[in-house]
Amino acid sequence: MTDLSKAPQDAVLGEPMVKAEGVRKSYGLVEVLKGIDLEVKPREVFCLIGPSGSGKSTFLRCINHLEKINGGLLSVDGELVGYRRKGDKLYELRDREVALKRRDIGMVFQRFNLFPHMTALENITEAPVQVKGESKAAARERGMALLERVGLSDKAKNYPSQLSGGQQQRVAIARALAMKPKLMLFDEPTSALDPELVGEVLDVMRGLAEEGMTMIVVTHEMGFAREVGDALVFMDGGVVVESGNPREVLTDPQHERTRAFLSKVL
Amino acid sequence: MNHSDQGKAHPGRPETFKAVPVRHPGRWAGAVVVAVLAAMLLHALIFNPAFQWDVVNTYLFDSSILHGLGVTLELTALSMIMGVAGGIILAVMRLSPNPLLSGTAWFYIWVFRGTPVLVQLVFWNFMGALWPRLSIGIPFGPEFWSESTNTLIPVFTAALLGLGLNEAAYMAEIVRGGIQSVDEGQTEASHALGMSRFATMRRIVLPQAMRVIIPPTGNETISMLKTTSLVSVIALEELFRAGQNIYSRTFQTIPLLITVSLWYLFLTSVLTIGQYYVERYYARGTTRTLPPTPLQRLRGLFRGKPAPKADHDVVPGLEGGGHA
Repeated sequence: MTDLSKAPQDAVLGEPMVKAEGVRKSYGLVEVLKGIDLEVKPREVFCLIGPSGSGKSTFLRCINHLEKINGGLLSVDGELVGYRRKGDKLYELRDREVALKRRDIGMVFQRFNLFPHMTALENITEAPVQVKGESKAAARERGMALLERVGLSDKAKNYPSQLSGGQQQRVAIARALAMKPKLMLFDEPTSALDPELVGEVLDVMRGLAEEGMTMIVVTHEMGFAREVGDALVFMDGGVVVESGNPREVLTDPQHERTRAFLSKVL
Repeated sequence: MNHSDQGKAHPGRPETFKAVPVRHPGRWAGAVVVAVLAAMLLHALIFNPAFQWDVVNTYLFDSSILHGLGVTLELTALSMIMGVAGGIILAVMRLSPNPLLSGTAWFYIWVFRGTPVLVQLVFWNFMGALWPRLSIGIPFGPEFWSESTNTLIPVFTAALLGLGLNEAAYMAEIVRGGIQSVDEGQTEASHALGMSRFATMRRIVLPQAMRVIIPPTGNETISMLKTTSLVSVIALEELFRAGQNIYSRTFQTIPLLITVSLWYLFLTSVLTIGQYYVERYYARGTTRTLPPTPLQRLRGLFRGKPAPKADHDVVPGLEGGGHA
């Protein structure tokens, strides 16, 4: 595999890219996030691990407002997610304003969610053309470059149903990158893949990390977290149980719950 | 990466073989029975003088029948356009988070689906009796412009309103079902890319919903073609009314009903073929290869081979998956 000559994190200064303070989220009476505090620095690969139902995916979806939070503060690049503060009151943003902020946040889903009625290339060019008003020719050119980058330039005209899971997920990453995001969210990007296809997706993600993309990755791939991650958080029951450097947390967990979880997945 | 070199050819494998296909003697016996029954039916149809086939032949291309045919086609096309456009608008309204919009759509569907289309047709035709003049102006205030209702809504317009508005209510439910059949992940992915609700609906959700919407819409169109015969009650001379007009003069009721029926049957057959190809178009991307068209299937049959099987081309990404 590629060596990990990641630049030391000296560029990580100033405002955090994502900042969560006491973030709460409940569905009816069930509270799934019970006060999350964390900070993601620019250029950082931030891994979220934990058992299913721990709230890690929900938290990720809160970051681009696919879910509304019920309490606490959550901001991306210094701006609140989904709300505007005036004085000491919070105002909900309009759909249009929310959409404007989502442009800068790429998201990759567990089940790819490619648009099945469009070819791989059309999947990638759709948002730049529709949302940013790029010319079709320019979008296509960049789309081809992105496909090349994820190693799929020969699949531009294929529909998602004609691609393997790993190829679909790589197209989905290219689709998110086409909007030139400043932050990428990965929601268990390899969990729906056959084991032999996991590697090709992780390779693409590793390349992104090396280029300095800020990434938040919900994952069960402990190897990836150890190798590529700059920070790691273990969540359970809607709270952050333990956080720190991935290599330290994964080899020498301090909490009993972290230890119990890792003993099952490692 | 080593995921791609599993699908290599295996030298030294036995060649492909030919197996004796399963015989179906029952099918042959069945075919004989059906052929005899069909011959009996044909005989009864052709040699019963009461059908008066010569009269059918005379009127099949009669100018008033052909004119009625034109009106029927026009009415079908226009009321389906109204129905589909109205149905999409109503369905999107119905699914809107805005309670005013969804409530309005609910009320519309409730009224127009809850009353017979025949009654609605007659109602539109008698609008003039309810409101002799229609006007534009300030509500409860002065009028700027007004016109007699009967001039504004001639009988063709009344027919169109009756059929189209009623159809919109039915189409709304079909479109709503289609929209709801699209995986929620699609909307999420679209929103996550920063696409607006409107763009998501138009570019992502509706095209996928089409696959579910098209087949019942084809049925609705075929049904509409025949429902247009109802407008004969408001004296619009479409196909059925044209036939009626002739047999009320000549009393050749049966042959004219056959004439008219032959035309309806011909048109529904054409529509059925059109429906097949439209469905095929909207299935792209959801199946790996499109099924063969009837023509391709027929050609395959004459070549003595089964229709081209779906898997041999395409799916280039899946060689590693191992074919049987």
